[in-house]
Amino acid sequence: MRDHTIAGLSRELAARRISSVEAAQHFLRRIKALNDRYRCFITVDEAKTLAQAQAADRRLASGRGGPLTGIPIAQKDIFCAQGWLTTCGSKMLANFVSPYDAHVVERLNAAGAVNIGKTNMDEFAMGSSNETSHFGPVRNPWRVERVPGGSSGGSAAAVAARLAPGAIGTDTGGSIRQPAALSGISGLKPTYGVVSRYGMIAFASSLDQAGPMARSAEDLALMLNVMAGHDPRDSTSLERAPENYTRDLDRPLSRLRVGLPREFFAAGVAPDVAAAVDAAVNELRRLGCEPVELTLPNMGLSVPVYYVLAPAEASSNLARFDGVRYGYRAPDYADLEDMYKKTRAQGFGEEVKRRILIGTYVLSHGYYDAYYLRAQKVRRLIARDFEAAFRKCDVIVGPTSPTTAFRLGERAADPVQMYLSDIYTIAVNLAGLPGLSIPCGFDGDGLPIGLQIIGNYFSEARMLNVAHQYQVATDWHERVPPGIDA
Amino acid sequence: MKWETVIGIETHAQLSTRSKIFSGASTAFGAPPNTQACGVDVALPGVLPVLNRGAVERAIRFGLAVGAQVNRRSIFARKNYFYPDLPKGYQISQYEMPIVTGGTIAIEVNGSGKTVRLTRAHLEEDAGKSLHEDFHGASGIDLNRAGTPLLEIVSEPDMRSAQEAVAYARALHALVRWIEICDGNMQEGSFRCDANVSIRPQGSDQLGTRCEIKNLNSFRFLERAIEYEVRRQTRIVEEGGRIVQETRLYDPDRDETRSLRTKEDAHDYRYFPDPDLLPLEVSEQWLAEVEAALPELPAAKRARFVTGYGLTAYDAALLTAGREVADYFEGAVAGADAKTAKQCANWITGALNARLNEENRDIAQSRITSAQLRRLVDRIVDGTLSGKLAKDVFDAMWAGEGDASAIIEKRGLKQISDSGALEAVVEQVIAANPQQVADYRGGKEKAFNSLVGQVMKATRGKANPQQVNEILKRRLAS
Repeated sequence: MRDHTIAGLSRELAARRISSVEAAQHFLRRIKALNDRYRCFITVDEAKTLAQAQAADRRLASGRGGPLTGIPIAQKDIFCAQGWLTTCGSKMLANFVSPYDAHVVERLNAAGAVNIGKTNMDEFAMGSSNETSHFGPVRNPWRVERVPGGSSGGSAAAVAARLAPGAIGTDTGGSIRQPAALSGISGLKPTYGVVSRYGMIAFASSLDQAGPMARSAEDLALMLNVMAGHDPRDSTSLERAPENYTRDLDRPLSRLRVGLPREFFAAGVAPDVAAAVDAAVNELRRLGCEPVELTLPNMGLSVPVYYVLAPAEASSNLARFDGVRYGYRAPDYADLEDMYKKTRAQGFGEEVKRRILIGTYVLSHGYYDAYYLRAQKVRRLIARDFEAAFRKCDVIVGPTSPTTAFRLGERAADPVQMYLSDIYTIAVNLAGLPGLSIPCGFDGDGLPIGLQIIGNYFSEARMLNVAHQYQVATDWHERVPPGIDA
Repeated sequence: MKWETVIGIETHAQLSTRSKIFSGASTAFGAPPNTQACGVDVALPGVLPVLNRGAVERAIRFGLAVGAQVNRRSIFARKNYFYPDLPKGYQISQYEMPIVTGGTIAIEVNGSGKTVRLTRAHLEEDAGKSLHEDFHGASGIDLNRAGTPLLEIVSEPDMRSAQEAVAYARALHALVRWIEICDGNMQEGSFRCDANVSIRPQGSDQLGTRCEIKNLNSFRFLERAIEYEVRRQTRIVEEGGRIVQETRLYDPDRDETRSLRTKEDAHDYRYFPDPDLLPLEVSEQWLAEVEAALPELPAAKRARFVTGYGLTAYDAALLTAGREVADYFEGAVAGADAKTAKQCANWITGALNARLNEENRDIAQSRITSAQLRRLVDRIVDGTLSGKLAKDVFDAMWAGEGDASAIIEKRGLKQISDSGALEAVVEQVIAANPQQVADYRGGKEKAFNSLVGQVMKATRGKANPQQVNEILKRRLAS
């Protein structure tokens, strides 16, 4: 049970060799035993989970099940789920029980998936290590003194530690791919607009995108089949015909042009990471791919551009957390302004406050043109670099993160160092492109390394094909972190 | 020194959509607090705005009606500030690229016309309401109004007196009602005006420092507030002082304006394009559809009433003051000649209008339908009913006694135009009033009127007065 992929578990459930309730109980037991160690979950609700599992069993018994029916899926605590505490990793929402379901949650429920619990995350998805969570940092299952990456660190670690076969996360600047890389799992950020943002607590609206996290590319495809789709409640959700993302998994990779941007293989990549990625490129070549050298000249500007635009949007998106209608309110205050100040000073953590201040600054009168407008222009240049690149290749590959998992506390005092861990992922969000990360090796300390695959708009099926073929040929994704049993 | 007043007006017209501009909640007025606020209006975590096409359609209609440029692409922006009745901490509005640019409104003051230019009109959402009564030591928040669609219409500083400002506001008010984008209810806040007022030396082409006056929820308050503000500014300047740019609140009880906030405490709203909403694109096809559905506008109708029915400009203006009265008039005059049309116009602007005012009714709720009024006028024009008795028939119709013909029949009010019958009556009257006859023949013209009166009395008013005159004159001459 522990090591089943979603695809494997789905076959077992369909054949009725195990029940959904048994699967849920298995993972609930593991969470109970291991959550103190890894702190992957903020909320677990056995009764709700088992009720869903029972419903799934009835559905399976009547033969109306789909690939996700009865599968336990962990949900990042950024997704509103009706009746569930939905904290977004913040003291500000530590008491917030959502009265409604996010679109993604609705779709998972409709598919018969079982919510196994709400996972820990960087506060309001702002962080790359999961250390900014109000509920304490998540531990990396490969080495507990290491971070799991962030902001979807709870989801990544839960999948890595076999506390759930799959999880959903969100990715604004790398928050699915970077923790997937650092925790040794697979994670996909779809094209902006493929998955509805309705009910996903906004960090930076023009960059946020939900996606699946699991242990194989095949599982990502099965999850994306359920998660993707138009939602009229999100004006940026795209109206496209439904796709079957598993359709190309078995396609051979012969003559596939793999772009290798010079900027991804420059100085700054840890030697072990560079070696693993080089080896992965060789493996892809062996599978029939043709490497193409190319350049993304404005890539280097993506981190500064991101740290103007994302905080700008965040400063406005987080204005609703004001203590008036829900969430945290400071206990003592003199008047309205004092209530606002104290509520927000006490309710938000340091990183969130830092970004609200940056965002407020760059939108201020007299600075808007120099920061926000300029950043928007560079953002278009970055997107244009990718457009040019995809005229020469089918997918782009490179490292997901320049290093493997760092130690807890190592970068907490140095925000710029922390921000640089997303240097290879951020440009993808700025361009609105799909990107995924799959395991491609380990460093000298036994920490996992991620291979990033970036595709053109709506080429998720092709990217999953590349990832799946790589996973058929390698077994990095099947490695199990040491000591994940109680 | 002589001072010139300069006024520009910003109007918030609430658009008459059933649901809010970015959510599906109802916009109906007067519901218990917070019963018409959904998750989007309350700004729950994770919710997103979805633009109501009906609000956009109304903005387009306005743009077309004022001859403005309807922009094919406009942008929604966030206006950021903290206030408890603003749930998201920002208002979604249009800033740099509004949906409507330019346009004009024609006004008339003391018989002379003038054109007021419009700067722009943009879509935005309303905020909720803070309730300061009934809560001991606290404020209540009602979010029913949050997200109500508004069209903010900004004029150029083209008005030069409070009267012009009122004429502009009235014309705009009539127009938004005419094209059915706003119910115009000022008490419920559906049509709110803020006035930007400044003064400058007569002949100057520089604008003086302006004050924005808020809380003007009637045309009368608009006029009085501007008049007060002009007096205040003139006094300050003449005493050697300087006007401070500020927002002032009109207090109708004390008939004065009071400072609300100065420019120094103005917010930095940190406008930026709302990433939750795509740029608003208006296709040529959509524009053409809205244009095709646009009703004939007041100015065009007014001109047609003058040329088509021979009405005076004054009557035509009265009959195009609103869609309902114009529709009523057109219902009454269908297929009519100029004489009938003129009579219909007189009845509508005269007797009918008086009755409606008495009972505080809209013309749409008139007790006499336009078709009924037409049948009354037809009986007058065809000579069945004398003008004198027509008013009685009208009153009976108002009282619900039925159609003109039935009332005429029932009451025996048919005009006597039979000359044989009238000759006999005239004969009797002449015989019975020798003194008046002698007076008339002796040159006293007044005596003639008395004789006419006698004839009318004898026929209980049913005699055709023209015929009575003729017969009487002929008889007395012989």
